[in-house]
Amino acid sequence: METFETHSLTETYALGRELAGRFGAGDCVALVGALGAGKTALVRGVALGLGLRDERMVSSPTFVLAQEYPADVPVYHLDLYRLADAPTELETLGLDEMLSDGVALVEWADRAGAALPRPHWRIDIEITGRRSRRFRLSRVD
Amino acid sequence: MIDGETILLGVETSCDETACALVADGRRVLSNAVATQIDLHARFGGVVPEIASRAHIEAINTVIDKALSDAAVRPEQISAVAVTREPGLIGSLLVGVMAAKTLAWTWRVPLVGVNHVYAHAYAAALDAEPIEYPAAALICSGGHTALYRCGGPLDLELLGTTIDDAAGEAFDKVASILRLGYPGGPVIDRLSRDANPQAVHFPRTLLAGQSLDFSFSGLKTAVLYHVNGVPGTVRRRSPAPAGKTGIENFSEREIADIAASFQQAVVDVLTIKLRRAARKIGARTLVLGGGVAANSALRTSVAALAEKLGCTLRLPPMRFCLDNGAMVAGLAYHSLRVGQVSDLALEARATVRR
Repeated sequence: METFETHSLTETYALGRELAGRFGAGDCVALVGALGAGKTALVRGVALGLGLRDERMVSSPTFVLAQEYPADVPVYHLDLYRLADAPTELETLGLDEMLSDGVALVEWADRAGAALPRPHWRIDIEITGRRSRRFRLSRVD
Repeated sequence: MIDGETILLGVETSCDETACALVADGRRVLSNAVATQIDLHARFGGVVPEIASRAHIEAINTVIDKALSDAAVRPEQISAVAVTREPGLIGSLLVGVMAAKTLAWTWRVPLVGVNHVYAHAYAAALDAEPIEYPAAALICSGGHTALYRCGGPLDLELLGTTIDDAAGEAFDKVASILRLGYPGGPVIDRLSRDANPQAVHFPRTLLAGQSLDFSFSGLKTAVLYHVNGVPGTVRRRSPAPAGKTGIENFSEREIADIAASFQQAVVDVLTIKLRRAARKIGARTLVLGGGVAANSALRTSVAALAEKLGCTLRLPPMRFCLDNGAMVAGLAYHSLRVGQVSDLALEARATVRR
């Protein structure tokens, strides 16, 4: 497990860009953290790191459940916040198809139970101060 | 056709509502049938799409029948079938699109696919005078927060949108932090009426310069910090007994004040951005649409803005702010007139970007 600390939104974007170098087509990244932890912000950084040009395209997918951003590989941004039966819904949303050509970043991934494909990346985000956050990156086999 | 009027049937299933309406000549609403799933979703604290699409399937035929019988219109009097094809929950959109295709094919009339957010920007024209253009339209709901320049019903230019949470989503998430239940908008609106909107100063994220984009994520986090404290820091002034944090330490009065202060921050940002947009495009009219347009504080604030700018304000009544089929049929009338029709290969699309 690796731990990273950021002290501003800008640093969180930079961390996302840095981590993007480790992710490629077929990778599923589980994001776990409370409301306001910075999950969407980290995704913005990762998407930019993967080659997305327009950062304004990244927004919370809470309502639409899944968004796709055109980067060097397709970046799929999912959100399980509103799903009561997330494990079943992941299949409906087409996670398998997404992973055949792109990177999938899943917010509120803890709601998926054991339904995420293995191995996958997991990033736990902790609020450590008004602007500071701790990110723990691990591999779930 | 009845007496030379062109009647469209409009279907809307992009989110919580299964809706169907009949509209004559794009504005006269003959019927407006809506079946909502709000009660169903309230139990789960939000939208549950598998259930959502199943509920649409169960409700769609009844709702279409009701729209036809309420209007006392026979299928052969209908000139076209309109449907929301984007954006929304894909499983839900599909139900409406399939139903509309089936009707269009059976009745041998044109099919018109409509953008849900554009339809919201048109809702103010229903059962009312035509909108005077150019108009600045602010569309806010659970999934959308967007500002448009409208040169006509079909001529929309996106001026700004949220870069993180939608306004309605912020209402829902803050209601969840304050443990007020789902949906968050109506309950926060109600509590705020007798509360102090100046009790807590929450940030107004306006973004740089003359930006017309929105950001509500920081506001949500600020409410969270106010309630739970900031990890790693000591509260300067704790509203709760020393050392304790969490919503259970706040009185009902204090919770209402937090809700009102949050709502005020949202309303301030929406109003300021709408003002910028209206000035930028030289708007003659301000248009509101979407579920958040039902918020009473927003309606009051935007009414004051319109007066200051000398613009006409077009606020749709509640039934046309929420998702409905009439706005779909109304907008599609204009598409039909210029020959913008779809074929039966029309596909639903979950997300539309710019």
